[in-house]
Amino acid sequence: MPDKIEFFDEMFGYGADLRTPYVDYNDWFSSEDVANLKSKSKQAETLFRLTGITFNVYGAEEAAERLIPFDLVPRIITAKEWGKLARGIDQRVRAINAFLHDIYHRQEIVKAGRLPAEMIANNEAFLPQMIGVSPPGNIYTHIVGTDLVRAGPDEFYVLEDNARTPSGVSYMLENRETMLHMFPELFSKINVRGVGHYPRALRRSLSACAPPACNGKPCVAVLTPGIHNSAYYEHSFLADQMGVELVEGHDLRIIDGRVAMRTTEGYKPIDVLYRRVDDDFLDPLNFNPDSMLGVPGIMDVYRAGGITIANAPGTGISDDKAIYSYMPDIVEFYTGEKAILKNVPTWRCSEKDALGHVCDNLEELVVKEVHGSGGYGMLVGPAASKKEVEEFRAKLLARPDNYIAQPTLALSTVPILTEAGLAPRHVDLRPFALASPKGVDLIPGGLTRVALTEGSLVVNSSQGGGTKDTWVLED
Amino acid sequence: MLGKTAGGLFWMLRYMERTENTARMIDAGLRISLTRSSAAESEWKSILTATGLLADYSARYDEVIGAQVIDFLLRDKSNGGSVISAVETARMNAKLVRTALTREVFEAVNECWITLNELLANPVREQALPEVLQTIRQRAAFVRGALQGSMIRNDIYDFARIGTFFERADNVARIMDVKYYILLPTIMHVGSAQDNVQWEAILRATSSVRAYQTLNEGEYNPRQIVEHLVLDKRLPRSLAFCYKKIADNLAYLESDYGVRHPCHDMVEEINNRFATTSLDEIFDTGLHEFLTAFVNDSQALGAQIERDYRFTE
Repeated sequence: MPDKIEFFDEMFGYGADLRTPYVDYNDWFSSEDVANLKSKSKQAETLFRLTGITFNVYGAEEAAERLIPFDLVPRIITAKEWGKLARGIDQRVRAINAFLHDIYHRQEIVKAGRLPAEMIANNEAFLPQMIGVSPPGNIYTHIVGTDLVRAGPDEFYVLEDNARTPSGVSYMLENRETMLHMFPELFSKINVRGVGHYPRALRRSLSACAPPACNGKPCVAVLTPGIHNSAYYEHSFLADQMGVELVEGHDLRIIDGRVAMRTTEGYKPIDVLYRRVDDDFLDPLNFNPDSMLGVPGIMDVYRAGGITIANAPGTGISDDKAIYSYMPDIVEFYTGEKAILKNVPTWRCSEKDALGHVCDNLEELVVKEVHGSGGYGMLVGPAASKKEVEEFRAKLLARPDNYIAQPTLALSTVPILTEAGLAPRHVDLRPFALASPKGVDLIPGGLTRVALTEGSLVVNSSQGGGTKDTWVLED
Repeated sequence: MLGKTAGGLFWMLRYMERTENTARMIDAGLRISLTRSSAAESEWKSILTATGLLADYSARYDEVIGAQVIDFLLRDKSNGGSVISAVETARMNAKLVRTALTREVFEAVNECWITLNELLANPVREQALPEVLQTIRQRAAFVRGALQGSMIRNDIYDFARIGTFFERADNVARIMDVKYYILLPTIMHVGSAQDNVQWEAILRATSSVRAYQTLNEGEYNPRQIVEHLVLDKRLPRSLAFCYKKIADNLAYLESDYGVRHPCHDMVEEINNRFATTSLDEIFDTGLHEFLTAFVNDSQALGAQIERDYRFTE
């Protein structure tokens, strides 16, 4: 790695030239007092704590609830930049749904030689129980949170597709609420596209995927593992905002071929279940027999068209990090178009040549577990000590097909507010797209995660990252 | 509405009420120990009995010492009945039923939890105790206010109210039962100075000193205190008042859902008791017997409500 990489800053570009989307914001900011803004920042924190927007960190000593730090400098995206991202995400979401249908039916992509058969056969995320199942509208992934990073003015990459159960949308919404509450004047000066319709759009989109057994207005419910889950706040927030019930496995039972929830007036069938429980725990009869979180027999009801499960079981195979490296082919195969959004070049450590290259360059690469998430179990070569690199090398060589490697990207920065004023920090972006038979609905905004430590490239909240409000400007 | 949600609301409000009641009882104990230190030990003991925590306490400590009892009742997280544990459970239930609550109510519970956690992080010094107890009651009042001021009057509200009055009636009955011997109007005790202090402690623990004075023109008299706490429908902490509310809220559920359950017959029976039983009859039966029967029937009603509205599987 060269001594000094120049990072693209979304506010100041490569130097100190203010970029156009930030001009109005900068005007406002220059007239504000930093100390005053810092106190607003504290105020925001109190607000979050009061609302209970907290998350639980797994493995933390105390089961303490933590706040995700919120930075009040927004991340601003122009209408033109967004236009391209939106087309790219739309294309990718359509491709992923087509890919999933193919994988669980005829597997044309394998027959065409565009994807090695073992990528599916040996994949833990492939669910044989889904073979031949066609969910309503052939939608498998209903909610997608595509992780994007930026490495230059026109250089966006997809880092991950998050097609199974993306989280973080509550932060997108609460961050905007907080900004509107603290700085209403900013929104009257600058035309920022709204995101507050997300819960309604989600309910509409889920309702549009009602199963054949549904008669009348679809009954939607959110399935949570329970109040100790790290994302419980989000589950209750979404159920609340959609105006639907938040259920746990023990509230549900199969009655007359339907999944029904126990209400004060008896059992009532559910049509669409937005589940925030992993595949493995969904149905103890069909998957993990020890699961207390799911509903015994729900898969049988699902296969018979008695309920829609969103996202569909088995969706995980499409956002697997090894499959990820084939995404450009997958997009082309199903849409007949070149992928609009770029993939990060990826070495599959399962391949001998790639493994050799990765081992020779560990200090410069980012290495991730194929099934990992949340920033756990990964190596950021340039930031790791010699000892950490060597320890990781041993793990990698022991199980090469469990890993992929990517170059360390020069992630863009956006300023955060520090005691000393603005200071650049690395960010990523997760917009949220909703897929239904009516099409793909992308919410103009998203979750911007920011690494709060100077120079750090890890933005995950579980690793001390924070969030920002994300503004998409009106045309 | 999910059965689980109905149960969560019922228990959230029960635990909020318990939080407040425990603070009131500590306040009463404190008052007695300040005015009459010789009675302090038996007073703390009766408070532990009324909260149902005497056995837990005795398993941990050999002696009944005021400061120790206070810490046990206020801050001990290993004591499921302490203020800190009760507010924790209330908040856990609030999280569980969050979709049924207005933002105001959730935030009031959450803020109560945040405040009490800060307040009770370290042992409370004696001089700070009155203020701490006041803050607990105030926080609990905020939750009640948010509930009354922001919630729609539907089944959600009904289950919350049933929880509140259920816990309150249970609590008042238990305090009286612990003290029933000093409420028995025997000639020996009437008018003695000790009884005055004890009687006042009961009123204080049920937060009805002022109400008693207003409604009964001042004089402490055990018959009147019993009448006041059991039969007086004007007093928001009397058994009669609480049961009128429970019966009303269950009746709203009956008409909303269009279904009459066994719990409706049970609540009517208990509620009628207060309208048809005279004070003399209560003392003829024996106050202790009357209260024991009440507490048992009340428990049975709670279990029946839980079944009828499917709180659990």
